[in-house]
Amino acid sequence: MSNADTHGDTKPTAFAQAMLDLRESAVLSGTEKRNLAICAIVAALWALLPLFSTGYILSLGISITIFAGLATSWTLFSGPTNYISLATAAFFGIGMYTVAGGVNLLPYPVLILIAAVAGALFAALIGLATLRISGVYFVIFSLGLAELVRQVVSWGQHVMGTSSGLYVLVDRSDSVFFWQLLVFTLVVFLVSWWIGRSRLGFALRIIGNDEVVAVHCGINTARAKVTLFIISSTFAAIAGALVAPRWSYVEPTLAFSPFLSFQVVIMSLLGGVHRLWGPLVGVIPFTIMWEFISAKFPSQTTLLLGVAFLLIVYFIPHGFVGLIEDFSRRRSGIWAALRSKWQAKGGGHE
Amino acid sequence: MQRRNLLKLAAAGVVAGSLGLGTAQAADTIKIGVVGPKTGPLAGGAAITHFPNFMMWQKLVNDRGGLKLKDGQRKIELIEYDDRTSPPETIKAVERLATVDNADFIMPVYGTGFNLAAAPIFAKHDYPQLAQAFVTDQGPELIKRYPNLFIIQGPTKAFARDAIAVLKKLLDEKKIGNRVAVVNVADAFGIELANVARPLFKEAGFELVYDKSYPLGTQDLAPIVKGAKAANPDAFVAWSYPPDTFALLEQAKIEGLNVKAYYSAVATAFQGFYGKYGQLAENVLGAGGYEDTPAIRDYMKIHKQVTGVDADYWGSALYGSMLQVLEQSIEGVGSLDRKAVTAYIKSRTFKTIVGDMDLRNQQMTRVWTVGQWQNGFFQAVAGDGFTNYKPVILKNNW
Amino acid sequence: MDIIIIGLLLGGTYALMAMGLQLQYGVARIMNLANGEMLVAGAFGTFWFYSATKFSPLISLAVIVPLAFAANWAIYRVLITPLVRRAKSQGQLEVDSILATFGLSFIFVGGLLALFGGDYLSYSYLARPIFILGQPYGLNRVTAFIGALALCAGLYIWLHKTRAGLALRAVAVSPSAAGLVSINVPRASALAFALGGAVTAAGGSLLSIFLTFDASLGVVFTLKALVIVIMGGVSDIRGAIVAAFILGLAETIVASLVDPGLTLAAAYVLFIVILLIKPEGLFGRRSS
Repeated sequence: MSNADTHGDTKPTAFAQAMLDLRESAVLSGTEKRNLAICAIVAALWALLPLFSTGYILSLGISITIFAGLATSWTLFSGPTNYISLATAAFFGIGMYTVAGGVNLLPYPVLILIAAVAGALFAALIGLATLRISGVYFVIFSLGLAELVRQVVSWGQHVMGTSSGLYVLVDRSDSVFFWQLLVFTLVVFLVSWWIGRSRLGFALRIIGNDEVVAVHCGINTARAKVTLFIISSTFAAIAGALVAPRWSYVEPTLAFSPFLSFQVVIMSLLGGVHRLWGPLVGVIPFTIMWEFISAKFPSQTTLLLGVAFLLIVYFIPHGFVGLIEDFSRRRSGIWAALRSKWQAKGGGHE
Repeated sequence: MQRRNLLKLAAAGVVAGSLGLGTAQAADTIKIGVVGPKTGPLAGGAAITHFPNFMMWQKLVNDRGGLKLKDGQRKIELIEYDDRTSPPETIKAVERLATVDNADFIMPVYGTGFNLAAAPIFAKHDYPQLAQAFVTDQGPELIKRYPNLFIIQGPTKAFARDAIAVLKKLLDEKKIGNRVAVVNVADAFGIELANVARPLFKEAGFELVYDKSYPLGTQDLAPIVKGAKAANPDAFVAWSYPPDTFALLEQAKIEGLNVKAYYSAVATAFQGFYGKYGQLAENVLGAGGYEDTPAIRDYMKIHKQVTGVDADYWGSALYGSMLQVLEQSIEGVGSLDRKAVTAYIKSRTFKTIVGDMDLRNQQMTRVWTVGQWQNGFFQAVAGDGFTNYKPVILKNNW
Repeated sequence: MDIIIIGLLLGGTYALMAMGLQLQYGVARIMNLANGEMLVAGAFGTFWFYSATKFSPLISLAVIVPLAFAANWAIYRVLITPLVRRAKSQGQLEVDSILATFGLSFIFVGGLLALFGGDYLSYSYLARPIFILGQPYGLNRVTAFIGALALCAGLYIWLHKTRAGLALRAVAVSPSAAGLVSINVPRASALAFALGGAVTAAGGSLLSIFLTFDASLGVVFTLKALVIVIMGGVSDIRGAIVAAFILGLAETIVASLVDPGLTLAAAYVLFIVILLIKPEGLFGRRSS
């Protein structure tokens, strides 16, 4: 990876193309403006949710919002690089413990900032250390990492001899909580979108397609990957910090639950990791299916969740993104056919 | 593509809305919501202490025709959800019960953190929260925050303090020496207990010859027990959780860790513990314990008959008593007015299987904290607010 | 000395957890997240057998192993084969198998819950000390350790001395090349998967004589097994066995000499350090 600069000019065409694309992306295209506007409208509508329900639907909305944020930030790193990370819980837990430890000492916004910085520093450390590891080794490595953090925190709690940091008693209505999370998720989306069209995102797409080519284009692949990992992990830490007051009580097993990491990965994969909106279309149906089964079959929840899961894997092989794109392709195919037919007919009259 | 997102969102609303439709029932039953872990790390304990009690209550109440309200007798119907030992799931399930199922009452959830996570929802909808399996030292602050929260369990401090007091008494009677080996599981309750206990041991004049934590889910406790044994203690105290409580005793026997007083915290009170170890478990001390009364013996017998599960000797009877309190309060008020029921609970003492229960200060003042297996019954040997404790028997060698 | 013996005993325990997954992942290339549940199923099977018949739990192996083999063969044939067929690349298969076996683990937990309830299940068997060099050790742990050794040796010999074993090893190295030398790769993979499942269930059965289980415990074993298999390097069963013993020894040394609270932390540090030095695991080969 260090030899990147020496080979900077070996692929002049790809490089020139990259520069061209980059220049184009500096201005917003029409489609992008339209998409941003639609995004803003959707977010605004979603923000109205607490006006309609403050109970169950709102807590479902909270679930969807938080997982949308977590899954999107996970995809930010893992989508383009194909590194499946199971370390979400490590950063989430760090955020949570930051808040739990300081809730009586510092104002809440400061704690969120500290959580973000702590997450970023830790991610930088990890990112720099783990570049050599790839594939399934990275998957389990990240899992081990999360467990390691949990073990150290538990032990630290015992040694420091304090348990007061476990309680996070902050008064906050669910609506405020929901809006906070929504802002968080929107920031994740905007950052992801911005990175997607920036120099960095472009570099990552090349890395994802072929790392060797990327190196030859003069891309510092190591720096690109670590930067993304830091951004993605910082978001997970912020999410943990935001959720802590809702849980009221923080314990190692729950804050660093490996299940959370798996849930985020699974939701993102179900959606599709190559589109910005992919995780979102994974999170929404997944959460609703999960809820539906929990509510309707309380005594067989686990069994049926498993069955539902298998059905999804077998019948929606390319994730929800694949499903939607197939559908839209087919639909546009029909439209095109209709239009050409109509034109063929009407054209004669004109 | 964003348009389709919008569609998804709309669909989300519709689906979520329809979740509640099927559970709408005729208004002639009283709907009782139950949330707890059927899967996940806490499921093992909940299967013994949490779920069976509600099942038993439902059966007993419905067999006698239901709860007596002013407008006649009404049977109870349980609506159960699995929270998979995950706080966000607990929150959602309780919200679902409150706003979709319109449960008349919601039972406490299982575990300290979970009850805390659910407390704001209970408060928001005025449900009395008779929290069980809820051990905290923040009681006074919590009940100030949540006027509908009742804590039916002693504070963390009481469990550590009384266990140490039991040992202290033996020390004062010169029955044991002052060397104590302490181990604890590095998770919430274990950490809290260990941290509360450390200064108390020193105050009582004990020497902590071994004081280590071990991670939750440790598969081999041999090094810890060996370490404790090497310190040559007179008493052994483990602030432990279910799987380790079992493993520690077996390991102690194998290593020949012979002490005059052997204490392990959570799950020592399970009948499965005595069932597994029989004579070995005899005279083992642990958290919980019941006074040996006919009421308690009856309760345990009926529990087994109705649910097929053996009640434990710590939380089970408190759950049973809590349900008696709730039952008497609903019938006393004569309606399902939750605010009135909460006020009723705060206004008097109740006759229950564990004796008089006084929740006027929202926290139970009488609780057994230390028990000891004596002839197959986990006898209360210490506690708060009782007078009739069994004397502690010294433990024989394994 | 006794630290080493305890460490070896624990290593045997870990080997029982990890060998099955090693076969399933190393040969059949299925990252089986339901592996821990299979282990719990083996343990529950033995519990049930022991409480019903009062015969030695070891005899239950004769029933559990064939059953687990058949069940895992069926799982591979019915659930996994379609995924293998449609996967365009190793990465695609990995993602699909993670998703599918994650679902499968839920089904297992739900099934166990329905069959046995959520209660803790444990029984006492051979819970008496055996003295080795004057120090006491749990006879049940020693028994399980001997079982682990027998399994390790049996598998190793089978893999290295028989034709079927050779085929499995060839598939582990390169499925496509193995196909070229007329090895029936799908059949070898199914065999490895089924064998892995049977070994895991046997492990659960042996562990049940000294560990307490409940229906939800599987994930704990899956995580441990994943760490061990990856640490050892996925394509060689010796890797998993050596890694299991290294972890067992390391944890015991830390627990005895440093602080028991740091045992698992030490295990993960070791795991991370090994991967940093040798990113393909102890016995791993660098892939091109």
